[in-house]
Amino acid sequence: MQKLLLLGDEAIAQGALDGGMSGIYAYPGTPSTEITEYVQHNKYAKENNIHRDWSANEKTAVEAAIGMSYAGKRAMACMKHVGLNVAADAFINSSITGTNGGLIITVADDPSMHSSQNEQDSRFYGQFAKIPMLEPCDQQEAYDMAYDGFILSEQFGLPVLMRVVTRMAHSRADIERKKQKEQNNVKLPKNPRQFVLLPSIAKVQYKHLLSLQDKLIEASENSKFNDYIDASDKKIGIIVSGIAYNYLLENFEDRKLPYPTLKIGQYPLPKAKIEKLFNECKEIIIIEEGYPIIEDQLAGFLGNKKIHGRKDGTIPGDGELNPNIVANALGLHQGKFLEVPEGLKNRPPQFCDGCGHIDMYNALNEAMAEYGKGRVLSDIGCYTMGALPPFNAINSCVDMGASITMAKGAADAGLVPAVAVIGDSTFTHSGMTGLLDAVTENTPIVVCIADNSFTAMTGGQKSHAENRIDSIVRGLGVAEKHIRVLVPLKKNHDEMVKVLKEELAYNGVSVVIFRRVCVTHYASKMKKKRAESK
Amino acid sequence: MKKDIILSGVGGQGIISIAGIIGYAALAKNLYLKQSEVHGMSQRGGAVMSNLRISDKPIASDLIPFGMADVIISVEPMEGLRYLNYLSPDGWFITNLEPFVNIPDYPSLEEITDKIKKIKNHVILNADQIANEIKAKKSMNTVMLGAAAPFLGLEMENFETGIKNIFGSKGEDILKQNIDALKAGIKEAEKFYK
Repeated sequence: MQKLLLLGDEAIAQGALDGGMSGIYAYPGTPSTEITEYVQHNKYAKENNIHRDWSANEKTAVEAAIGMSYAGKRAMACMKHVGLNVAADAFINSSITGTNGGLIITVADDPSMHSSQNEQDSRFYGQFAKIPMLEPCDQQEAYDMAYDGFILSEQFGLPVLMRVVTRMAHSRADIERKKQKEQNNVKLPKNPRQFVLLPSIAKVQYKHLLSLQDKLIEASENSKFNDYIDASDKKIGIIVSGIAYNYLLENFEDRKLPYPTLKIGQYPLPKAKIEKLFNECKEIIIIEEGYPIIEDQLAGFLGNKKIHGRKDGTIPGDGELNPNIVANALGLHQGKFLEVPEGLKNRPPQFCDGCGHIDMYNALNEAMAEYGKGRVLSDIGCYTMGALPPFNAINSCVDMGASITMAKGAADAGLVPAVAVIGDSTFTHSGMTGLLDAVTENTPIVVCIADNSFTAMTGGQKSHAENRIDSIVRGLGVAEKHIRVLVPLKKNHDEMVKVLKEELAYNGVSVVIFRRVCVTHYASKMKKKRAESK
Repeated sequence: MKKDIILSGVGGQGIISIAGIIGYAALAKNLYLKQSEVHGMSQRGGAVMSNLRISDKPIASDLIPFGMADVIISVEPMEGLRYLNYLSPDGWFITNLEPFVNIPDYPSLEEITDKIKKIKNHVILNADQIANEIKAKKSMNTVMLGAAAPFLGLEMENFETGIKNIFGSKGEDILKQNIDALKAGIKEAEKFYK
């Protein structure tokens, strides 16, 4: 079959397409964005009308994917790890409804927080929902698991959680394709009440979910993704999951492992295989990327002196793994490395030249001077860099949409005026409902919407807010007089300061829209358009 | 044959293109390849690096272990030094001399070059200047690739295939500029090892 050179993200997308997926639903989020983008640019997906437009947020994405599964077709929803928090309601309940067409929820975790607020481990969600989970060790497995994941989902009538990490998502390797599968036809669920989670029905469905657990373990025992590799030296037994398997192999010439090793790629954990390793080996070392989930499950609250991993310090408790950390854990000798010289300066990310956010923050800082520091609550996007020097303009970045609601809470506490700074795409992701809260009580806040017509931080995806912000804000009930639209340019500085001062003095909800297209992504969009029209 | 390569620079300086050219060059020679990239936040004027591994045997880790890199190619002089713990004691440190100054406390260039010259095997060249001289202003990154080319275990024709794959759609002029840049980089670097 054909060989392709793909990012882990792209391998998942290709695997899902070849596995007969009819639609992908997602909100952009590093490191998951490239899964959906690959489908968006894929010829087969275009020709076969595979759904591939962005969703407003991760919750709407998962719900739409559940809807496609309800209608009998195969669907995938993709997100970064914190996106699963947004989608958690839909996700957890999809394990109770079960599925009709195959359903895969793909989540890309970001250990070491390269581009994230935390390094939460999505495998917890999989356990919580009591559904099968897949965790690839390399790009080929990422492809295979997406391809086979729909079958696994349809076999048990359950959603499947697929978990990758940054280094897998954003690393390229060659993969071998399998035969293209046909899509499912539209077909309603056999049981018309399957998706009706009224308590009386949900109780029955939940019992059914519990009754499947032993079968899920049995499937894991027999899974080709859970490999027991025996070896003669039983001093140590290794349990290793996902990408950590590659870091382990890297330390042994020609991939010859000296200790019995259980490679985990499918959950729930294969009990019999773990028991065999546990009984045969003197010490157990658990190597997993992320939280100590397997370790917790094996050692439990009271612990077991035989088990080593992140909890006893054999492996650091936080941050991503690498081959050197694994070598240390196994007590392998490592030579001395060259030292990184002292005196190198950090180079944090910064605004692009000519970015409208610069002009917005310059105006905001001047307008806020008379009120003092600590009043600007912000959000997640390029404009979060307003927290860094020279601006030092914002005081929070918690989760998508929290700027408006936190400003409201701060104002409720007496911090008046309080200001929110939020981007256009973040506003339509999770800011609208918070603004409705503020409008309902006419809370004295100024909401600055940095409207650059793109989801810029993640690479310039189309924003749902494009050309809609004004009417949304008006529709939510913000008074016309207090919806102000500004163009963030240096020459408009004085006007922006004046308008901000006026709205800061107003005792109610104001929305100030700073509207100027993203310089970086607008330029590349135009370039692409020109190339296409040639 | 196995080569572990660290690419470093500042977001927007074109290290992804270098990685792409080497990637296609390695494929042209039927080698295995793993290449990890940085996406997202740090792309915007921040420090970026890429792990690139090519081998005639399957490659396990996406990340290069410390002390194992055969080559560091840095399109910016300070950026390469950040990853010196990855370089093998016999590895080559190949860097552009032109600093990318977008921070207020950038060290003096003299301080940086002193640190570079302490590395056993190093090549320093002003790739921006060379690219300007050969009228291939935007090909600084390909000049740097040229400087590193002899250490990557690939043939000239492989690199040309790689360049065609990455820049082929951009027209004959751009293609020629990059081939010229590659050759100019090779020539300039020869001073350091011949």
